[in-house]
Amino acid sequence: MLIKKPTDIRPSEITSKDVYLNRRTFLGAAAAAGSALAAGQAFPAVIPKERRAKLDDVMPSKYSTDEKQNSYKDVTTYNNYYEFGMRKEDPYRYSQEFEPQPWSVEVSGEAEVTGRFALEDFVKPHTLEERIYRLRCVEAWSMVIPWVGISLADVIKQFKPLSSAKYVVFETLYDPKRMRGQRSRALRWPYVEGLTIAEATNPLPILAVGMYGEVLPNQNGAPLRLIVPWKYGFKSIKGIVSMRFMDKQPRTSWELAAPHEYGFYANVNPEVNHPRWSQARERRIGSDGGTGLSSLFATTQQPTEMFNGYGEHVAHLYEGLNLRQHY
Amino acid sequence: MNTLTLIRFVAKPFVFLVCLIPLLHAAGDIYGITGTLGANPTENLQDRFGVWGLRFLLIALAVTPLRKLTRRNWLARFRRMLGLFAFFYVFLHFIVWLLLDREIASNPAWSYVFEDILERPFITIGFISLLILLALAATSAEAIRRRLGRSWQKLHYGIYAAAILGVWHYWWQVKLDASDPAIYATILAVLLGYRIWTRKHTPT
Repeated sequence: MLIKKPTDIRPSEITSKDVYLNRRTFLGAAAAAGSALAAGQAFPAVIPKERRAKLDDVMPSKYSTDEKQNSYKDVTTYNNYYEFGMRKEDPYRYSQEFEPQPWSVEVSGEAEVTGRFALEDFVKPHTLEERIYRLRCVEAWSMVIPWVGISLADVIKQFKPLSSAKYVVFETLYDPKRMRGQRSRALRWPYVEGLTIAEATNPLPILAVGMYGEVLPNQNGAPLRLIVPWKYGFKSIKGIVSMRFMDKQPRTSWELAAPHEYGFYANVNPEVNHPRWSQARERRIGSDGGTGLSSLFATTQQPTEMFNGYGEHVAHLYEGLNLRQHY
Repeated sequence: MNTLTLIRFVAKPFVFLVCLIPLLHAAGDIYGITGTLGANPTENLQDRFGVWGLRFLLIALAVTPLRKLTRRNWLARFRRMLGLFAFFYVFLHFIVWLLLDREIASNPAWSYVFEDILERPFITIGFISLLILLALAATSAEAIRRRLGRSWQKLHYGIYAAAILGVWHYWWQVKLDASDPAIYATILAVLLGYRIWTRKHTPT
């Protein structure tokens, strides 16, 4: 039987009544948090709708690396985003029609403030920061990317998680019409990722809305994605529509797909190899060496660092935890 | 011209050139003429040569069933060349891995190479497959074939093992989606299944 839908309004566009009501509580909380930020220094984050639009009022960050950044082209044409296909070039090729805005994020679970929030309202209480981070993929390649985003810790504070909130769990949009990769059952959709509350409130993770000073491209997870620089790339979930505070550890997508290969923690760790390949070294992507045979030697391998080199900020989170077991 | 000269001087050189297309395409991409190698040139070259090695293995294995089914015995004359191209592309795949992935020229670390071959099962079986193909390629000349006699045939049954290990190697290294290797495995199963079936149904 064919059931016709009255309209083609996307779920992400609908603002429900309780959202509308919740928005007041949220904005109240936002105002409170906003005042906690140094007055005058805080610019409300704004995300333009146009593609490649410049982001304004972006603050630099002390957490940024000064390593050589990858080219915009590399970062936007070599992606793992299975929602748009499994090959590296698929996300670039098949995400161009995708309209990321309007967008909303559902906040739920063990927190005082919950509800569905329009993206504008979700980011407005925060200040955009540029964070130039190393990204280490579980496939043993890496990049350096100048993200623009808001501090996840600040966002979480806003929703006042209860003491029962031990984990923060994110979900990607599930919409096979707009995301062709979801028409095959490669992974269990929607994509689910999560962090412990201690990890999520560490100063390093951000919710990115841009990169290279511009709005986030679709293939990189527009309009909202997580960045957790000390974990393998698959933890940094893209196209986030849901953020849930939970008392139990979630079952994340890659864990479900191959539990002996991908764990919940997925911290970058050169000493714990993937069952099928070594994690001791990584290839720093970079095709800027031009063309010809010499360009083949332009990308090089380098040793992988524990916690992707962010140990001073995060190692304490894992004291007493056996990282070989909790990979 | 009779059929033999036609095969020797027209068809064979033509097929030879066609078999070089994947190599020329790779060269064109390296020099940015036919395309590019993308953000990860090493992975791009390694994957494409590996896949072409497997394709030529399957094509070479398809010659005999095709010859028997169509009763065109002249097809057998292409078998050696196709098999040698299979080895050629598998060898390029290996060289790219050794030179660009393991960076053996700029950063000599043979311990990583040995560690990979010995400790990563999918690389172990790929390497065994390469060694088998090397042995077959080295003994492919007509003179060696005649000198080895019966044992030549026995040795060259190794192509079956090389193909099975090759497809297995491909299957084992994919991260999640095995639909591509599954296609190769299916074709290989048909080609080997045909041989088992005909052996059972041919009166000796």
